[in-house]
Amino acid sequence: MPILTLENVSFESKQQKIIKNIDLSVEEGAFLTLTGPSGSGKSTLLKLIASLITPTDGKILFENQFQSSFQLTDYRQQVSYCFQQPALFGATVKDNLVFPFLVRDEEFNQEMVQEHLELVDLPTSFLDKKITEISGGEKQRVALIRNILFLPKILLLDEVTSGLDEKSKEIVLELIRLIHTKGVTVLKVTHDEIEIQEAEHIITIVKGEILNGTAGGE
Amino acid sequence: MEQLAVNNLSLVLAFALVLVAVFVSSKEKLGLSKDILYGIVRAVIQLSIIGYVLTYIFQLNNLVLTSAMSLFIVVNASWNAYKRNPSTQKNYWHSFSAIFISTYITLGILVLSGAIRFIPSQIVPISGMIASNSMVAIGLCYRSLNKQFHDQRQQVLEKLALGATIKLASLPILRESIKTGMQPTIDSAKTVGLVSLPGMMSGLMFAGVDPLHAIKYQIMVTFMLLSTTSLGSIIAGYHAYKNYFNHDLQLLDEEETE
Repeated sequence: MPILTLENVSFESKQQKIIKNIDLSVEEGAFLTLTGPSGSGKSTLLKLIASLITPTDGKILFENQFQSSFQLTDYRQQVSYCFQQPALFGATVKDNLVFPFLVRDEEFNQEMVQEHLELVDLPTSFLDKKITEISGGEKQRVALIRNILFLPKILLLDEVTSGLDEKSKEIVLELIRLIHTKGVTVLKVTHDEIEIQEAEHIITIVKGEILNGTAGGE
Repeated sequence: MEQLAVNNLSLVLAFALVLVAVFVSSKEKLGLSKDILYGIVRAVIQLSIIGYVLTYIFQLNNLVLTSAMSLFIVVNASWNAYKRNPSTQKNYWHSFSAIFISTYITLGILVLSGAIRFIPSQIVPISGMIASNSMVAIGLCYRSLNKQFHDQRQQVLEKLALGATIKLASLPILRESIKTGMQPTIDSAKTVGLVSLPGMMSGLMFAGVDPLHAIKYQIMVTFMLLSTTSLGSIIAGYHAYKNYFNHDLQLLDEEETE
């Protein structure tokens, strides 16, 4: 059973059609790599799936239910979108990692956060670091932890390795692989040639349309 | 009242002060001369009309008319607060409910505590003081909301993407905006008497009232302004932040709100 289905989805903004009649079916546990030229609508497609924008036409189904039928806050906890060049909020790293607990009305679990910091090669003392004092690579790692502290069912990654140094990039990619092995369905937008070469299932989007779709994303 | 010597002739002579402002504007090419003169003409006409209206209302001392006059002030203050909201997704009733509630809760406490009596000469000017301060606080709160939703757009989007409610995603912006609305009143409370002798106190002393007696009124005014600006900012802020989102809990495009 597909975990995610897009039926004839279109999105128009300022009288310009950015996504054109996209049909897509994603199996549970798939790892899809989305690529295509800049401005072709890849990020818009992820934002539509994340319910951060609403299709002007067509339907999006998650676990066979219409996206619109969900409580959107719950939906976004299950279908989690990670931004390209994320902005951290608050004053410290901790403010960011407390947030997923706040969203779920749960007590902050320091042990759980420490485990995740270790996964991305950051020390526990990093929690007290000011967000203005950390590098872009460290920011991206913290942002990714925010998305996966509570494992979502679908993880949407919007060029999360773009502009990162080699070390951060490798750590982030390793974490994404790990998350995928835990059964999370991953949709990743990238321009990175090596990532594209290594990808099993590639979807190319040009001018808002899918040029090809391979197994996993059918 | 012997000290009060503002007659028509002295008012005309005092008009020289306006000419000073016009002279500065024209010398420095500020382009404000027309605005100053327009403002002055409006002020003179508005104050003259309200002078006659208040004389009539004070003489009549009628409960309904006093309430209507107070409501008229609230309606106008709400309209001005509404106009100060830079967002295009604004709603007059948000401003009205904020000023209405903040004004009448404050006024109610003042009347019930016996600090003022429900007579036109007390209710009308106090309504004006409360509503105008609430209006200024709400205007500041709106502007701060708009600026911060612009500056912190990415952070709000990320919080929504993490599954936050629109309230949780906006909370730091909301708190900062309410603070911005209240801050001038808090700042002026700290310096009252040391830097400024505010309008009501000065007015009473001008009219020959003992300064110790005037101070009591000023303390009451300080209390009431704190109450009204905090209530006004909170009510307006909690209404207005929702205007930046749509029904799908999505942050509106900046073009839709600016």
